Amino acid sequence: MRRMVVLRVVVTLTLVLGLNYTVWRWLESVNWSAWWIAVPLVIAETYSFVDVTLFGITMWKAKPREDPGPPPEGVTVDVFITTYNEDVALVARTAEAARDIRYPHRTWVLDDGARPEMRAEAERLGVGYVVRGADWADRPKHAKAGNLNNALALTDGELILVLDADQIPTPDILDRTVAYFDDPQVALVQTPQFFTNVPEADPLGSQAPLFYGPIQQGKDGWNAAFFCGSNAILRRDALMQLGLVGYVRETERTVREALHTSRRVLQRARRQADDLRVAAALDEVARASTQALRRLDAGDPLGEVTYAFQRRVDEVSSSVVAADMAAIRADLEALGELAPALAAAPAGAQSTADGRDPAHADALTALDTREWSPLGALESVRALVRAVDVDRGDEAMPVMPVATLSVTEDMATAMRLHALGWKTVYHHETLAHGLAPEDLGTMITQRLRWAQGTLQVFLQENPLTVKGLRLGQRLMYGATMWSYLSGFTAVVYLAAPVIFLCFGVLPVTAWSVDFFARFLPFQIASQLLFLVSARGLRTWRGQQYSLALFPVWIKATWTAAANVWFGRPLGFAVTPKQRQSSAGAWRLVRPQLVAMAVLVVAAVVGVVRWALGYAPWVGTAVNLAWVAYDLVVLSVIVQALRYRGYQGAEKEA
Amino acid sequence: MEIGTDVRGGGVAVLRPQGRLTMVTAGELKAEVDRAVDDGNAVVVVDLEETAFMDSSGLGALVGGLRRARAAGGDLRIARVGGQVLTVLRLTTMDRVLTPFATVEDAVGAA
Repeated sequence: MRRMVVLRVVVTLTLVLGLNYTVWRWLESVNWSAWWIAVPLVIAETYSFVDVTLFGITMWKAKPREDPGPPPEGVTVDVFITTYNEDVALVARTAEAARDIRYPHRTWVLDDGARPEMRAEAERLGVGYVVRGADWADRPKHAKAGNLNNALALTDGELILVLDADQIPTPDILDRTVAYFDDPQVALVQTPQFFTNVPEADPLGSQAPLFYGPIQQGKDGWNAAFFCGSNAILRRDALMQLGLVGYVRETERTVREALHTSRRVLQRARRQADDLRVAAALDEVARASTQALRRLDAGDPLGEVTYAFQRRVDEVSSSVVAADMAAIRADLEALGELAPALAAAPAGAQSTADGRDPAHADALTALDTREWSPLGALESVRALVRAVDVDRGDEAMPVMPVATLSVTEDMATAMRLHALGWKTVYHHETLAHGLAPEDLGTMITQRLRWAQGTLQVFLQENPLTVKGLRLGQRLMYGATMWSYLSGFTAVVYLAAPVIFLCFGVLPVTAWSVDFFARFLPFQIASQLLFLVSARGLRTWRGQQYSLALFPVWIKATWTAAANVWFGRPLGFAVTPKQRQSSAGAWRLVRPQLVAMAVLVVAAVVGVVRWALGYAPWVGTAVNLAWVAYDLVVLSVIVQALRYRGYQGAEKEA
Repeated sequence: MEIGTDVRGGGVAVLRPQGRLTMVTAGELKAEVDRAVDDGNAVVVVDLEETAFMDSSGLGALVGGLRRARAAGGDLRIARVGGQVLTVLRLTTMDRVLTPFATVEDAVGAA
């Protein structure tokens, strides 16, 4: 309780001092004569102030939860272990630990690699084994989200524990968490991700003690605890509800889209039609489209509207076919060579054309009729007609419970759950032990993927505007997404001191008392906020990497925007679980190495300029300190390059 | 769960699931719809008069059945929906897709 009071005092202090500094920077201290660096710097500083504000708001409610108590009996649980290409022995180790979880449950290995040796291991361990069915062939796979959805359709437990292939659960993982679901509003319980193959120094910044701790607790306080993809328990009913709402939304969207474009599609087809009757039939389809759209606007259910549309198209198709057949038959009769096979075919078609209830006609005949019809020969028209239906034929499953919106399925899923009014819980106790990447290349791939996924969600379903979220939840999602935009500001923070030291260009009007009197209190308060929030946790690595990975964040922003706005592929990669070769890893961090070299050169130049009397000592000192800070932060890249993988496990083996 | 099946003429089957249509029984209903469609009854009416409770998995099975029936050129319709089921339909916005018909005859004759 006293901790919360102290925390909130520090938060308030930081925000007041930050506001004071930022307003003064904009109004009084921008050096407009050097606007090309002054403006980017003041924008970068404002970005950071917003970042600190969102962090402060998160911490405002960062409180540990009370123990959930013993689990109720009789809850059915499915444990899903998702795998794609991980080492079979590694997955087997996780599967065995999952099987031995104490609370009654069933364990399933979800093998997207469909490997026979994985199936054999699952059988040996006595756990279930699931692969994708035939429906998924030639349709979007949706990566891990698709893998989970496929398994959800084949199982029936009330709760689902999701584990990555390398996350070994403790036997009491369910005993400690199932009780939260006594509250019927709870849809998700997330537990921390902790990695065992990481040395004390954590050179790759794998552990995220600030996130799996104060930050998640803070988000939890705002009922916005995030789903992080693994080590989480989900309520099936909530996921299914999400899937159904998504199904309705997507179906309505595609049907409307198809109907809206129908006029253009049909007009083009009509221009190409050289047969008068086909042209007349296309007009009929156009009329049916207009009517369908009008009915949808009037609020008629999609099922009825699309069914009526489909039947109308069938009638139109078969009337054309019937007319064709009648002509052929007349010709044949004239020749006196009526073939019995031909006579049989139009009979079925005729019955629907007669205007009897089409549902009574043989379904297969109706389909065939559509294929024979000259309308069916027009691919654009066929695609249009196919789209005006409620079966979502372009997807393997009509109902997709886990969101397939983004490459990281977890954030989008949680946000949609929150938008539907569900609660989520962060349970702060390590109940699974996983493996972190052991080389720089793999780590960068993983961070890039997280950042891309987060920004994809941000650009597609902006949490600030999406319906159903509360203000606090909007801010919590906004905070995470905001933090991934930091790459651009990092460039400014690196460039500004270099520009001063080398060229004497000042981004602020003066390094004066006015400046320090506002800047220092804000900086000290921010650091204090960080210190109090972290409760003695070591968060320095995280701070270093949030700046040092600036090229990754920039690339993520760039590629996510290109993907969402222009449909470009992301170049998505599964994070390898084995250590990759480290030769040439320096190429991955070339921008950082160049930045460090430039900083060192700038420091030398700055000292020389001061010694020769070209630069004032205050500015030089401030900027040298700034360069030193940047270098210390970036030095983590050198440590990461020198890291040769975790040695502790090998000693034990 | 008990599912009564009543085959009408002209390719219409009426299914009567009795009791609770939940994640446990959803698969049974889906299988029954598949069977009806395979037997040449592309229009399936699910009579929910005796379905006391439905969860979103049960509704998911109905969507699966709808897709199966549509692929065969038919349809899946629901009739005689109780209060709890209606609530689930609204909660999941599924009432934008499925029309709850007052009687089985209305459902058969629809469209």
